[in-house]
Amino acid sequence: MPLRLHSLASPARFDRFARRILPWTWVLAALLIPCGLLWGLAFSPADYQQGDTVRVMYVHVPSAWMAMACYALVALLSASFLVWKHHLAGLAALAAAPVGACFTATALVTGSLWGLPTWGTWWVWDARLTSVLVLFFLYLGYIALAGSFDDRSRGLRAASILAVVGVVNLPVIKFSVDWWNTLHQPASVLRLDGPAIHASMLWPLAITAAGFAAFFAALLVVRIRSELLAWRIEALMRRRSAGAA
Amino acid sequence: MAEFLDMGGDAATVWPAYGVTIAVLTGLLVASLRTYARRRRDLERLERTGRDNR
Repeated sequence: MPLRLHSLASPARFDRFARRILPWTWVLAALLIPCGLLWGLAFSPADYQQGDTVRVMYVHVPSAWMAMACYALVALLSASFLVWKHHLAGLAALAAAPVGACFTATALVTGSLWGLPTWGTWWVWDARLTSVLVLFFLYLGYIALAGSFDDRSRGLRAASILAVVGVVNLPVIKFSVDWWNTLHQPASVLRLDGPAIHASMLWPLAITAAGFAAFFAALLVVRIRSELLAWRIEALMRRRSAGAA
Repeated sequence: MAEFLDMGGDAATVWPAYGVTIAVLTGLLVASLRTYARRRRDLERLERTGRDNR
């Protein structure tokens, strides 16, 4: 597995890989997301306590999962950029971070909308909500740092260090609901003893989550190619201005 | 249909949550595709002018 991932570090090989998987990821996303959302909105049951507000779960939970998965990916790619100097890994992290930030923002906003009728408040400084807000700021810090140097590769290096250090926040988010008394409920799907929610709710949730993952993969491929283009444009301009001088 | 739209009285919670999610994902998609297309055009133009100057 590590060997195969390393082989993707070549832009030409990445491009071939991208061309192969891109159509599949778009098709999967276009099928799974509408199917999951429609199922969640119209065909899954209302909760016996929460009523129809439970339907927020089908957008909130997959967004939160993607926010965390994306951060893990950004940190992994950043580490690979720092350790093995895989330039493409650094660019891939840069391409993924804004997507992760958007998923985090979506999780926070939908969570607030859900919190208001369920808890009576849209925000509380409990450990889960606060650690996810920290995740959002880590994303913003990474993006800002990457763009704040004239020399892009220096910026990317500084941002990569932040991304790797920030990974400590992921277990804090995951276990915050067990370690502290939080208003946020503990995990009901990703538990050691299996999911604690009924199949009628688990299916639309799983389908939407798979759709989000496919969408993320497709978007990531487009954005990595876009970063590669930006890099080539910049290199070309630098060569030109060096030639003109 | 009206019953579905009413979401058991929780329309003000459910619909904005779905709306925000779909808007954010669509925005990301459009922005990413547009940036990609713009950079492609920029690179092609740069390569063309480079050849003309030689």
